[in-house]
Amino acid sequence: MSMIMRVFRREFAAYFATPLAAVFLTVFLAIIAGMTFFLANFFDRGQADLSAFFMWHPWIFLVLMPAIGMRLWAEERRSGTIELLMTLPVSTWYLVIGKWLAGWVFAGLALLLTMPLWITVNYLGSPDNGVILASYLGSWLMAGSFLAISACVSALTKNQVLAFIGAVVIGFLFVMAGFDLVLSAIQPWAPAIVVEAISSMSFIAHFQRITEGVLEVPALIFFFSLIAFALWLNVQILQVRKAA
Amino acid sequence: MVLVETRALVKRFGSFTAVDGISFSVGSGEVVGFLGPNGAGKSTTMRLIAGFLEPTAGSAHICGHDSHADPVSARLRLGYLPEGAPLYPDMSVGAFLEFVAGMRGLDSARTRERLAEIVESIELGSVWNRRIDALSKGYKRRVGIAQAMVHDPDVLILDEPTDGLDPNQKHEVRELIRSIAANKAIIISTHILEEVEAVCTRAIIIARGRMLADATPAELIAKTPETGPDGMARSGSLRLEDYFREITRTPVEA
Ligand SMILES: Nc1ncnc2c1ncn2[C@@H]1O[C@H](COP(=O)(O)OP(=O)(O)OP(=O)(O)O)[C@@H](O)[C@H]1O
Ligand SMILES: [Mg+2]
Repeated sequence: MSMIMRVFRREFAAYFATPLAAVFLTVFLAIIAGMTFFLANFFDRGQADLSAFFMWHPWIFLVLMPAIGMRLWAEERRSGTIELLMTLPVSTWYLVIGKWLAGWVFAGLALLLTMPLWITVNYLGSPDNGVILASYLGSWLMAGSFLAISACVSALTKNQVLAFIGAVVIGFLFVMAGFDLVLSAIQPWAPAIVVEAISSMSFIAHFQRITEGVLEVPALIFFFSLIAFALWLNVQILQVRKAA
Repeated sequence: MVLVETRALVKRFGSFTAVDGISFSVGSGEVVGFLGPNGAGKSTTMRLIAGFLEPTAGSAHICGHDSHADPVSARLRLGYLPEGAPLYPDMSVGAFLEFVAGMRGLDSARTRERLAEIVESIELGSVWNRRIDALSKGYKRRVGIAQAMVHDPDVLILDEPTDGLDPNQKHEVRELIRSIAANKAIIISTHILEEVEAVCTRAIIIARGRMLADATPAELIAKTPETGPDGMARSGSLRLEDYFREITRTPVEA
């Protein structure tokens, strides 16, 4: 546990060692404010809730989480520090979890900075704060899922740009999985169980259930399982690369 | 007591064999110099021993622990300086060494004690709070050496530890290696043959992934004539160089 925390602290501090953190947080807040207020007409809806805010999260995270996660392993490979890190006497799991956790807490910080919006809706009306809390939690878990995927892709290359693109592409598949457009394209030829499996992978469908306040627990479990699987895969990728 | 052992180590990258059946063991008190032309397989062998790479065949052991099958126990006893001394550029020297000490399992009291000793012996006091990316090449190398020694390991593997150091620092590092060698096994790679004569109790010459020689520097020196082609008397390290040239130039397959 203390080893995970050491990796976490080093990695988290690394985000703030460059202007990257400030730039990222600014961009995140600007985009989310723009989408919520202009595209979704937050004020004209006449509803005291945050659904206009949360509906954009899958799309924003699709791009921003790979931006946070791309450096996690690719940068270590490029600079050679991976050789230092991976010859320390700790399990690869601690390194993988510590690094991912740093990105996840950073994403949590970005979400925390949107709290004024929550306060505003409470000032304007009386929203269901339970649902909003669950939505924040769901959003954070979804961010963690995108990040875990990004970390995996990052472990495959020493090129951060490739890591970013790869993570966006894979993330996009998970976002699109639930859309009728995609499902109707595979329905004619794929067995029902495959269609079912693909649609059950949809980030948007799971996230929507959380923000609508229905079936939250299975959706939370979905994101937790996905993170656990991606972290496991990350460890495997690092092991396999040793034998390459 | 044998602290490092390799048994028929083989490493292939695709169809290319970088390390081709290397077996040796290093006991307590020995300082082994790895010599060989560029691309000989020195760094690859060191990476295999450190467990950064997985061997295609054979095995490497540190204090009896297989560095691939039992990596955590093996690495607890290992201090490793990778080739080029990679470091985290955005950290300060102090923060970096504290991080490594913590990851190597030292508690905070022991970390303080060891870092105080190391700052002294590697002369890092003046750059302690400096960011690593603001250091000169030689200081970076010193920080790399410091991180390898921070936990006072039984086994030290240093890939080109004196590369980029000024003559004074080269001398200091050699002195340092000599002074801590008594109950450790130390493997260094180098292209400086006088360094082998100065600090190593044993030299292993590698070319094309194979071991060509394994003897004390004095034994290797004795294998070449005392006078060079020009008829002048040759010093020890020059004769070592003659020998090195002679055996690494002949094709291994021939
Ligand atoms: N990851 C890799 N993939 C493919 N080939 C590799 C890899 N790492 C090393 N090699 C090759 O293996 C050979 C041995 O490399 P190695 O770095 O061990 O040499 P070296 O003896 O340390 O040389 P130098 O004195 O230049 O440091 C080289 O031909 C190198 O190109
Ligand atoms: Mg080398």
